[in-house]
Amino acid sequence: MTRISAAFLPLTDSAVLVAAREKGFAARQGIELDLVRSESWATLRDRLVYGQVQAAHMLAPLAIGVTLGLSQHPASLSAPFKLSVNGNLFVMGAEFAAALDPDIARRIEDPVATAHDFAAAIGLYRRKPVIGIVHRFSCHALLLRYWLGYAGIDPDRDLVLRVLPPSLMGAALGAGEIDGFIAGEPWNTAAVQEGLAEIVMVGARVWQRGVEKVLAMRTGWMEDNPDTVDRLLVALDRAASWCDEPAHHDELADLLAREDYVGRSAETIRPTLTGRLVVRPGEAPVEVPAAMLFHREAVGFPWRSHALWIYSQLVRWGMAEPSPEAEDQAAAVFRSDVYRRALAGTGAPMPGASLKVEGALSEPMGVGSHSAGLTLGPDRFFDGRVFDPADIEGYLATFRT
Amino acid sequence: MRIVIVDDTGLRASILEDGLAEAGFDDIHIVPPRGGFVARIERLAPDVVLMDLGSPSRDTLEEMLVVSRALARPIAMFVDQSDDAMIGAAIDAGVSAYVVDGLRKERVKPILDLAIRRFNAFARLQAELDEARTVIADRKAIDRAKAILMKSRNLSEPDAYALLRSTAMNQGRRIVEVAEALITASDLLGGAS
Repeated sequence: MTRISAAFLPLTDSAVLVAAREKGFAARQGIELDLVRSESWATLRDRLVYGQVQAAHMLAPLAIGVTLGLSQHPASLSAPFKLSVNGNLFVMGAEFAAALDPDIARRIEDPVATAHDFAAAIGLYRRKPVIGIVHRFSCHALLLRYWLGYAGIDPDRDLVLRVLPPSLMGAALGAGEIDGFIAGEPWNTAAVQEGLAEIVMVGARVWQRGVEKVLAMRTGWMEDNPDTVDRLLVALDRAASWCDEPAHHDELADLLAREDYVGRSAETIRPTLTGRLVVRPGEAPVEVPAAMLFHREAVGFPWRSHALWIYSQLVRWGMAEPSPEAEDQAAAVFRSDVYRRALAGTGAPMPGASLKVEGALSEPMGVGSHSAGLTLGPDRFFDGRVFDPADIEGYLATFRT
Repeated sequence: MRIVIVDDTGLRASILEDGLAEAGFDDIHIVPPRGGFVARIERLAPDVVLMDLGSPSRDTLEEMLVVSRALARPIAMFVDQSDDAMIGAAIDAGVSAYVVDGLRKERVKPILDLAIRRFNAFARLQAELDEARTVIADRKAIDRAKAILMKSRNLSEPDAYALLRSTAMNQGRRIVEVAEALITASDLLGGAS
């Protein structure tokens, strides 16, 4: 048995790591997987950078931020596997949400109209809305900026963005310190079920296939231990397949509910797994397909175009200085080559390319691949923009007009 | 040198504060990580910020360090970045420190060493306290179970204890577990104890 420690945060999308340990997928690959619960992204990062753990359940933009030297403790990190796609929800307190479409299904179906409603509501609100985000280098924050930016909102000017840990968001909302928040599940659903908030935006409606958590490693450690890395990726691929299976969602919710993992009830964890979201307290759930994905459509494959989209957004919001070197460094964090090496011959569907144009598919599409049966899901952005990783400058120019 | 301790465990913060005071530091402020705590830190403009590594509010603090214009850019550090063993000790002890860039390492190291020692001392104290509490609770449960057996089965105290012990051994459980099961069952049956 090879012992591997992986740090995680108490979130629903830690599912693949939890299942890999608890359902024996890691053990079957000869890996004793220790999971180290962490209470902040900063501590998870420190544990990874300083070698207390070999792997971490990390916000994809944080892995890039650490590698680009934008965070404390810069280090070269690599992400050879994605742990999830989609899963972010944006919730606001009832007072603010009252200014949005009262038809909750239509509100989240139509993010274009809701973004405009949100923009109008800002001016009518009693203060500059204070929005909780979990980290500046999070997909949640980038998605929120992307969505509101569409309606002419400058999040740095028109909102107060406050960084809070997901587990404290509900309490901060209840105490009136914030007016809404965007975080990973189950913390949004928890706030809705407690009657504190309503969902105003679903990540999967803003970007149909949005990159979320990755498995991050120190690049040096990953290069030095190819055999262990390959076995770990096989274990995670099988665990992800198990997690994606609807018949396993009840068991998965029960596992995650344990105090040493997420520590919230299975009733709070299940809605995102099943795609039946509770939008407003006490009302019937709304069906959202692909609310959170773990395996189908080669979810685990680290598309370099995902890394580059994140880089483009960091540049857009002034968090990273654009340069050809930074662009290369960011793209190289996503190690599609390692994924291919590890999963070759396992029957896992394998994309032929490492980059794709993001946002171009409005229907599921079968693609040429090394093994049969890879279908990519629709991946459109709600505003119809298309991200061509070969022309980031041109893409960024479209936001400036 | 101004030091801010971000902590809401009153005991740990005061153990650390006492240690720093003994070492001659006299400009120490304790700020609990709640509400607008980062604004308070910003106003205090400390040279060193010490924080529990397990605190969920570290991301909030780090964000403030990025956007603050009032503070010189503090950097996170673990005692001596070149010494992996020391970094491990710091992470194990659960100390994170942010130090204003440019502050000389020789001046900071004693503070961090001290913080680690004090955090470890607190952790030991906490563990001893927890253990003592468990021992007392266990003893209470066993005493109650003995009383139930003595009354309902007319046993002497040593015999009641022997019965609990042999049952525990036969079932491969701890005596206190058997005692608790007995108490629960007795309560359910409305038995006096």
